Amino acid sequence: MSIDKDTAARVAHLARIRVDEERLPALAEEFNAILGFIEQLNEVDVDGVEPMTSVTPMRLKRREDVVTDGDRQAEVLKNAPDAREGFFAVPKVVE
Amino acid sequence: MPAVLDLTFDAPKPKVISGATGDWELVIGLEVHAQVASRAKLFSGASTQFGAEPNSNVAFVDAGMPGMLPVINEGCVALAVKTGLGLKAQINLWSAFDRKNYFYPDLPQGYQISQLYHPIVGEGEVIVEMGAGIARRVRIERIHLEQDAGKSIHDMDPAMSFVDLNRTGVALMEIVSRPDIRGPEEAAAYVGKLRQIMRYLGTCDGNMQNGNLRADVNVSVCRPGDYEKYQETQDFSHLGTRCEIKNMNSMRFIQQAIEYEARRQIALIEDGKSVVQETRLFDPDRGETRSMRSKEEAHDYRYFPDPDLLPLEIEQAWVDDIASALPELPDEKKARFMADFGLTDYDASVLTAELEAARYFEEVAAGRDGKQAANWVLNELFGRLNKDGHPITDSPIGAAQLGQILDLMAADTINGKIAKEVFETAYTTGREPKEIVETEGLTQVTDTGAIEAAVDQVIAENPAQVEKAKANPKLAGWFVGQVMKATGGKANPKAVNELVAAKLGL
Repeated sequence: MSIDKDTAARVAHLARIRVDEERLPALAEEFNAILGFIEQLNEVDVDGVEPMTSVTPMRLKRREDVVTDGDRQAEVLKNAPDAREGFFAVPKVVE
Repeated sequence: MPAVLDLTFDAPKPKVISGATGDWELVIGLEVHAQVASRAKLFSGASTQFGAEPNSNVAFVDAGMPGMLPVINEGCVALAVKTGLGLKAQINLWSAFDRKNYFYPDLPQGYQISQLYHPIVGEGEVIVEMGAGIARRVRIERIHLEQDAGKSIHDMDPAMSFVDLNRTGVALMEIVSRPDIRGPEEAAAYVGKLRQIMRYLGTCDGNMQNGNLRADVNVSVCRPGDYEKYQETQDFSHLGTRCEIKNMNSMRFIQQAIEYEARRQIALIEDGKSVVQETRLFDPDRGETRSMRSKEEAHDYRYFPDPDLLPLEIEQAWVDDIASALPELPDEKKARFMADFGLTDYDASVLTAELEAARYFEEVAAGRDGKQAANWVLNELFGRLNKDGHPITDSPIGAAQLGQILDLMAADTINGKIAKEVFETAYTTGREPKEIVETEGLTQVTDTGAIEAAVDQVIAENPAQVEKAKANPKLAGWFVGQVMKATGGKANPKAVNELVAAKLGL
């Protein structure tokens, strides 16, 4: 798989990261280097090997269906650039 | 010994729309989002309570604060498994969570945690009744657990949108059907059936108005015969290109949107154009669907396994425990009501529509005449409750009280006419029917001497009517009415009929 300039631009857009036009070729190169590195993994034969999800024999931690959190509106809104009447206020998004 | 339940049915006819170039059929699949009826959210300890102050049911996990880790709510998992069992579906003991990445102001994490590759529930089915003995079998493809997003409010400020994260992270079950639904009415009935089953199970409250049950609808059109080819081969190329109509929370909108969308697609094809696969939005004010072009580009969700969550492994014994506690489901209950109480298909459907009504009916019917109990619950009770706009759970007259009335009739203590009066009094005052009958002296007159005297008197006072009745025996009913009136409605109607006939020599 090879990443060209347009794909790099698309990935940047999906991640909402602004990248100047002249930096795109270099970015695409970097992607290709990373992908090339990962390609090496494909050389390993993993047929019949179960994917490993954890290095320790851990079980997914669960909790009971009990309300233990919330009622912290002020803290939740504290870092918001703009908050009004208990809501986050953001530039208008209309479908 | 349980009765043998009749659960057989015939398939309904698909909806056909006549176009300029011939007939068209509809093919519909639904993705229903059902809010899990849990107290806390899927991955945080914040409350799921509806209608709270904005951003008050929010934990830092829900707000996407850096460093916060999700911990799964076991209750949500149990409810999803229960739903799967209720839909006779395969339960996957191994499932896993993935991240679906997109940007939107009401999704602070920047991704939704969902189950794309390994859902917790696999294939199942739902039987959707479309009339007595007619039903559509709709195959369920999967159910996965995922997080809901927050809510954006656009009309509080001209330049800003206001975001409330109370809903963010609440557990949803996405129930995905196969394209087995063949018309707008079937689609609505399918959603209704899912809602009924989940309300029986207690896994989703089914409140569509609050958005706790929403549906995305996939619609395509094909020529008669094509769908059968698809069913034989499961090859989608026999079907038309589909469009997905997003996020509808009313049965009426679902039907309107499907109808509109099918006609739009037919017009396109007949005009020599082709249907473009896309996401559309239903506009209830205009009654039409329109393209959500902005969503198209965002469709690259870059799913990948969520590194914060290990796979979800559950034990068969745990699933078996949930299965053993499963309540009787609507199909079985309805079939049992028909078999045990001799109810019609229609009456059994109405009585099993809501669990509370079914419970009420069963309590009234226990040890009594089931058909009579059904008539009283359906006609007198439901009629009266509807008039007041009361749900059955707020019925001023309990099942035990209604049962008393039926017992009083069965024992010939009161007749049907008086029973209705007693019902009304018990309904409005909350008094016990037995006490009402005793206190008000409503006991039926079965003493033939007293009834005979009343009959004699009516005959003596109406010689002209007597002559007419002798010529036309049908007029005997008039005498029966007069006698009932004279006895305050308390006379045994059977005794009065017999005596009137005898005295008039009919």
